[in-house]
Amino acid sequence: MISILTNNWSSLMEGVKYTIESSLIALIGSLILGVIFAMLEISPNKTVHIIGRTYVEIFRNIPLLVVAMFFYIVMPQFIPGLDGFTAGTIGLTIYTSAFIAETVRAGIESVDVGQMEAARSNGMTYLQSMRFIVLPQAIKIVVPPLGNQFVNLVKNSSVLAFLAGFDLMYQGNLIASTTFKTTDTYLAVGLLYLIMTMPLSYLMRYLEKRWSKNPQA
Amino acid sequence: MQNFIQAYSWINLRFLLEGLWVTIYVSAISVVLSFIIGSVLGIIRYMKIKYVSMIVGFIIDIIRNLPLLLIIFFMYFGLPSTFGIRLNTVGAAIVALTIFESAMLAEIIRSGIQSIDVGQMEAARSNGLTYLQALWHVILPQAFRNMVPPIVSQFVSLVKDSSLATIILLPELMYHSQIIYGQNTNYMIPMFIAMAALYFIICFLLSQLSKHLAKQLN
Repeated sequence: MISILTNNWSSLMEGVKYTIESSLIALIGSLILGVIFAMLEISPNKTVHIIGRTYVEIFRNIPLLVVAMFFYIVMPQFIPGLDGFTAGTIGLTIYTSAFIAETVRAGIESVDVGQMEAARSNGMTYLQSMRFIVLPQAIKIVVPPLGNQFVNLVKNSSVLAFLAGFDLMYQGNLIASTTFKTTDTYLAVGLLYLIMTMPLSYLMRYLEKRWSKNPQA
Repeated sequence: MQNFIQAYSWINLRFLLEGLWVTIYVSAISVVLSFIIGSVLGIIRYMKIKYVSMIVGFIIDIIRNLPLLLIIFFMYFGLPSTFGIRLNTVGAAIVALTIFESAMLAEIIRSGIQSIDVGQMEAARSNGLTYLQALWHVILPQAFRNMVPPIVSQFVSLVKDSSLATIILLPELMYHSQIIYGQNTNYMIPMFIAMAALYFIICFLLSQLSKHLAKQLN
């Protein structure tokens, strides 16, 4: 396993770079999309609510691979030059945004309705009371599950291996198929994934524990 | 439009449904196995047996933090070369899915049990029940009620994740639709729509079922 790591260090690091890059871009994109769709979902307007709900239900119930493959195989007909990395990252963003929307919506709904009513009756608009009263309280409930979503993103970015996205899994497969040391290669790749995901998931578990004990902290 | 009518010919649809059947079959076996293994592991973790729970917990954390795709590759390509165990595609897919989802479920079950008030256990114990009796008759039935929604949503992920086994050529829904649009690229969009719709129907029905169950139990 050590020899796999040392002999292929540069290509493995290349893979790590692409994995992190794709996960970070997808995280930012899906946070933005997720918050927008969560807002649509909790909107008092019926039509707007249904639009948000439909988006979330559709992408929560379709495999990531189908979404990513759609962007890799179908979309280049309409958008020429869409490469595997971009297509995969777009797929990841859209897929994850549905989960983030669900998390954010649950967080916002867990803030007592009285908070919103009180803010509104003090003369704030709907958006102002969201921005200054409800969202700051919701963030503490939402951060640990969002962190876990990021861990999921890093793991899920391995679908880039299907799309020639040059990520860690893809590099691992290349190494496995050229050296024939499959077990060692996959162990090495697994170790690199764990280095990326485990600290973060322990941190989120710690935050969850701390904030659920003492919400003021 | 012509493409759609031709793409949804009976032969293609039957081929897709055959793939769907493999998806359902592999998922169902993995659901049952991972529920059993996950429950045992989750309870072991909750019981805080010296060393054992810690080691089990650490292994669960490792599996939970690895991509499922890697576990699938390992089961299909890693096992034969090192351990001489050669699984066929269905076997490798089921083993990989079961290992991954058991770890996920163990965590759900542990936190579900932990959310039950300590007083329940103390009361059961002081009424003369043994530890295991208290767990089985008092704690687990209450915990189960809270666990149904997260467990079912984990099963939904399992169905979706089974699509990753296309990479080892498991003849499931995704793979079969790839074969169809591989033969005629005009069928790409219709096949993606059909595939997405079929996955959606299964997963949506499962999540509705979980909502219904949760309502019934409370």
